[in-house]
Amino acid sequence: MIPALIALPALAGVAAFTLKRDAVRRALLIGAAIGHGAMTASCWWRRPEPVASGWLALDAAGLLFLTLTSLLFLASAVYAAHYLRHEERGRRTDFKEGLLFSNAPEAVFTGCLLFFLSTMTLVCASRHLGLLWVAVEGTTLASAPLIYFHRHHRSLEATWKYLVICSVGIGLALLGTLCLAVAGAGSEGGPASMVIDDLIARGGTLQPDWLRLAFLLLLVGYGTKMGLAPLHTWLPDAHSESPSLVSALLSGAVLNCAFLAVLRSQQVLEAGGQGDLGRNLLMTFGLASMGLAGVFVLGQTDYKRMLAYSSVEHMGILALGVGIGGAGARGAMLHAVNHSLTKGVLFLVAGNILHLYRTKEVAGVRGLVRALPISGPLWIAGMLAVTGSPPFGPFLSEFTVLYGALEQGRSVVAALYLVFLAIVFVGMGQTVLRMSQGPLPEGGPAPAAGRPAGAAEPWTSAMVPAALALIVLMLGVYVPPALDAIVLEAAGLVGGR
Amino acid sequence: MTGWLDTLLVLIVLTNLKLLGTSRLGGCIRVVAAQGVLLGGLPLLAGGGLLAPRALLLAAAGVGLKGIVFPWLLLRALREAKVQREVQPYLGFTASMLIGAGVLGIGLWAGSRLPLPTAVRSSLLVPVALATMLTGLLVVVSRSKAITQVLGYLVFENGIYAFGVGIAPDAPVLVELGILLDVFVAVFVMGIMIFHINREFDDIDTERLSELRDWRPE
Repeated sequence: MIPALIALPALAGVAAFTLKRDAVRRALLIGAAIGHGAMTASCWWRRPEPVASGWLALDAAGLLFLTLTSLLFLASAVYAAHYLRHEERGRRTDFKEGLLFSNAPEAVFTGCLLFFLSTMTLVCASRHLGLLWVAVEGTTLASAPLIYFHRHHRSLEATWKYLVICSVGIGLALLGTLCLAVAGAGSEGGPASMVIDDLIARGGTLQPDWLRLAFLLLLVGYGTKMGLAPLHTWLPDAHSESPSLVSALLSGAVLNCAFLAVLRSQQVLEAGGQGDLGRNLLMTFGLASMGLAGVFVLGQTDYKRMLAYSSVEHMGILALGVGIGGAGARGAMLHAVNHSLTKGVLFLVAGNILHLYRTKEVAGVRGLVRALPISGPLWIAGMLAVTGSPPFGPFLSEFTVLYGALEQGRSVVAALYLVFLAIVFVGMGQTVLRMSQGPLPEGGPAPAAGRPAGAAEPWTSAMVPAALALIVLMLGVYVPPALDAIVLEAAGLVGGR
Repeated sequence: MTGWLDTLLVLIVLTNLKLLGTSRLGGCIRVVAAQGVLLGGLPLLAGGGLLAPRALLLAAAGVGLKGIVFPWLLLRALREAKVQREVQPYLGFTASMLIGAGVLGIGLWAGSRLPLPTAVRSSLLVPVALATMLTGLLVVVSRSKAITQVLGYLVFENGIYAFGVGIAPDAPVLVELGILLDVFVAVFVMGIMIFHINREFDDIDTERLSELRDWRPE
């Protein structure tokens, strides 16, 4: 099952490069997404056996993140088919600076999208730390061409920064992986197995100095990819310049994959009896990310950058939750689910807004609720959800993290957490409400999109985020027992309960 | 065999310093290629044995990629970008060389402080690997051309590779090859990006890539 999960999108990706007809290629994209989703769903009934001598296996955390990736990819694939059909052909004018640009070939885009899914699946399933590194670097390389879909100099800059910063950052994680090999080599000098289960089983015999060094490098390396402040510098650029469905995947799926790699490192560190070091570092990085995101969300003039900084904030919450441990870790796992789905809603809706208004400037968008009868309300609902308002899912998980902090008597952490959440709430609320209310801008946004004002929104582009929003709403009211069990099991890997 | 290994490591250090002092882009690419070939010898000398199949495979893959394929890709990118072929450092060549020497000192100091549980063939290995990584990072941050940033990334990766071959000589071949494959794809994608940067700006200077930011002075 696991090899099939990895191979299906990879083969479909190869096929996408060779197919000539656009319609067939789009059908292939959706077909592969559905196939991947179905196989992932079947893993919930029967957890697949480990393969390749334990190198590939799905534990609770792996399955949880794989499911998120698969679900979000399915949503993005359906959205993408619609998006690609409506992208203009040939050279066209950039709305921001009026220069001419064209798109990357659609075959390259679809192929890389599928390779991206394949590498993310490999991240979720790999139990060997070397393989994990190869897979995480693979996600960077497969997604870089996706950011450069609109071929103009801004997306080029974003792609270059993403490639260089993430590649060097992840290089540090490779060094960390090697240090872990030294820590595990032992006095008898035998070859060190880098399979996580073996490392955990040998926990106490790991050489402590090398283990600490390894964890630091792994945290900084994978933390760069995860977007923890102050290592997040690539993130706002990449998220704001890529097509919205790619932003949704970057934010909702790939950041989670990097978080999973950090979790694995923390698991090994804890087995080596030095979990406290990791927890303190994670709490520090988490609070720093939340604080920094708060500063940049306030008064942000570009709504896609605002969403990107919101992702930095939420990665901070995940790191903080794992750092707190106990109920905090459980909250963090649940929050990973809620954040992915909510950010999927927001970025896809942002794509609809961008399509209609042709600007990413907050100042250029007014009267959203009137112009887009489905996406407009979804934009407000998504904002409320992502800032942790009831009755949406993120409220429940953010509250669980707070509970975890208070339960352990960490009142300063809890106070800072609440202050940062409040700042982001004010910043995002102000921006989103200003965009939603009021009259339509002079001349109206509709002519630019080539359809009369007040016409119904395209079905697909509105329904996909609406479906995700419904799941987020449901998770706020009712967490299915199967999900709850797997969240608890995943949190248990890093001392959560 | 330790004598040969030490010679190889000293040569790698020399390529680091040479890279920091080279002013022509083509020259820089050739220096990094030479370093790649030298690194290819590492698995043979530091690993299990001179003629073990694993070491031979890794050496062949390393020399092929780092010594031939990467320089070819980068030289091609350079030829297509018909631009000024000077490095244009933010940091002067003399200062770079001095820092390069300082970095070697840091490597030696750190290498002597880290307790090595496994028997490493040469006491120079860890210091040279650390110095190579730091040199790579220095090149990434102190040179402005896109091509030199790729070279810096390659040298950084070379340092990690040397570290890995030296201290974990029994790592699975599959993982080593996976890492090489990733680096290959990284250089390939970066090469494509350099082509586009050149087409967009008629230059490959990354100073041009400074449009995206949060607050712009009005």
